[in-house]
Amino acid sequence: MTCWETVQAFWLRSVGIGENALPTTNITLCDQFVLIGSGMLWNLYFGILALALGFVFAIGLALAKASRNRWIRKPAEWYIFIFRGSPLFIQFFLIYFFITTVLRGSVDVFGLFTIPTAWLANAWAGAAFTLFLNTSAYSAEIFFGALMTVPKGDLEAADAYGITGRERFFRIEWPTMMRLGWPAYTNEAIFLFHATTLVFFSSFPAFQQRGDALYYANYFADKTFNPFIPYPIVAFYFIVLTLCLIGIFGLVNKRLNRHLPSHQRKRIRLRPQLIR
Amino acid sequence: MLEFCADPKTLEGLSWLSCYLTTPKHMEFYFSFLTVMALLLVAAPAALAFGFGGAMAARSHIAPLRWLGKIYTAMVRGVPDIVFFLFFVIALDQGIEWLTHQVRCPDWSEPIRQGLEFRVCPAAKVPPNNASLFVHQAYAFTLAVLTFAIVFGAFAANVLKGAMDAVPRAQIETAEAYGLSPRQTFRRILVPQMWTYALPGLSNLWLILIKATPLLFLLGIQDIVYWARELGSSKSARFDYPHGDWRLYYFLGLLVFYLALTRVSEIGLARLTRRLSHGQATRAGETLRKDAA
Repeated sequence: MTCWETVQAFWLRSVGIGENALPTTNITLCDQFVLIGSGMLWNLYFGILALALGFVFAIGLALAKASRNRWIRKPAEWYIFIFRGSPLFIQFFLIYFFITTVLRGSVDVFGLFTIPTAWLANAWAGAAFTLFLNTSAYSAEIFFGALMTVPKGDLEAADAYGITGRERFFRIEWPTMMRLGWPAYTNEAIFLFHATTLVFFSSFPAFQQRGDALYYANYFADKTFNPFIPYPIVAFYFIVLTLCLIGIFGLVNKRLNRHLPSHQRKRIRLRPQLIR
Repeated sequence: MLEFCADPKTLEGLSWLSCYLTTPKHMEFYFSFLTVMALLLVAAPAALAFGFGGAMAARSHIAPLRWLGKIYTAMVRGVPDIVFFLFFVIALDQGIEWLTHQVRCPDWSEPIRQGLEFRVCPAAKVPPNNASLFVHQAYAFTLAVLTFAIVFGAFAANVLKGAMDAVPRAQIETAEAYGLSPRQTFRRILVPQMWTYALPGLSNLWLILIKATPLLFLLGIQDIVYWARELGSSKSARFDYPHGDWRLYYFLGLLVFYLALTRVSEIGLARLTRRLSHGQATRAGETLRKDAA
């Protein structure tokens, strides 16, 4: 099989399209690159979904944490503390066991009708959901910090112009909050994508060998007894992904800062951050 | 463990539970919490040492050393740490065996990599095949600590390098003006002052290190995650447990453990920050001085 044929056969293997049987003997470098790349589709799916949904929820949480009403503030503070203070790994397990032992496939709503929940135990739903909850907490803390550093003068100016309530938030606070929080949020996005590798170790099973990048890397490391090729390939894909993310988020950052003189703009700096 | 547990017939409800939770298996579970704490206590200073070495190398005047330091600090930036964890343990394991193989069996003729297998001579197996279970576990634990130290050391190196660069230039210049040698300047001026700048980053790193400890499970250590899964499930490979699937509750226990550890650390680190700010030429130090006056 030439490398091009391998690409055609396996590049969508992780979503169940193409050749079904994974290579077991005569594993070439090309096989590894293609299948691990195919697994990256799942990492992308988890990352993008969690990030998109988490963005909205995080802003809600940040506002709740900044609220003066303690009945709104306290739950948000606790939520953020629990998800930021415990390992993502444990959260994966907890949510998986919650789905499998408490929900048990379906939930009865007052005997009126039942909601099927078995689908939640699959990685595409359950793991994505956990990542969404997790990234919401981290992003909320970032946006909360940004909200707290919105310049006082901006708010006073808004008051002076009689801009209040919703309009004040959407036209004054929100753009500044985004601008101030964006560099940190970029880091959050990068490390969320890195955290998607943990899905492989969370109990959420890979259905019919349709796994993420690490699933295939582990498969090859087991089959060839040689970790020195598959894991660096994963690393390579992630470095490329990280660079793409920095590029995309950098464009957004540029747009958010477009009204400022260049020396006042906030720059994106990659800050190392480890496992959650 | 408890005396009234001796007669199984009398056990019901709470007394059954208290007996059940003190079985030897559960004692091993509780002991594994100590394993996690031990890992934290050993890996943190080790990582700090690696980080210190890395930061010094990255600031070195000798080019090859500087490149080495820069590569080490840059290595962790774009790659998921978990990949490192998986990769390093196997790499370290095979590396050590390869080295002992070279020393102990110099005239071994077969290739070590036979196609897909990694095979060293029996004498070079680390730990030896006939070693006790404890030795195997201790070896696995040591490898885990080393892996943690290398990966976290790279992060610590980043933080420490930043802190060294943050010490006001005037301090170094003053030291030079007083005729201190570069080595003396480093030891007496730079290092004592850098901690206040390093502490926010290091605190962060410590909290991250706490949250990385469940990865011990992935490195093949019988840690709290292993035991929580094992004891919580309704049956093991050999026998059924006298309860249903309790993994949710065991993992809730782990969650509480981690949250408590995080909270205690946060409080402790806040105190340490305050302490290190004393007499520093920073805003925090200035506030402390004014409060005292």
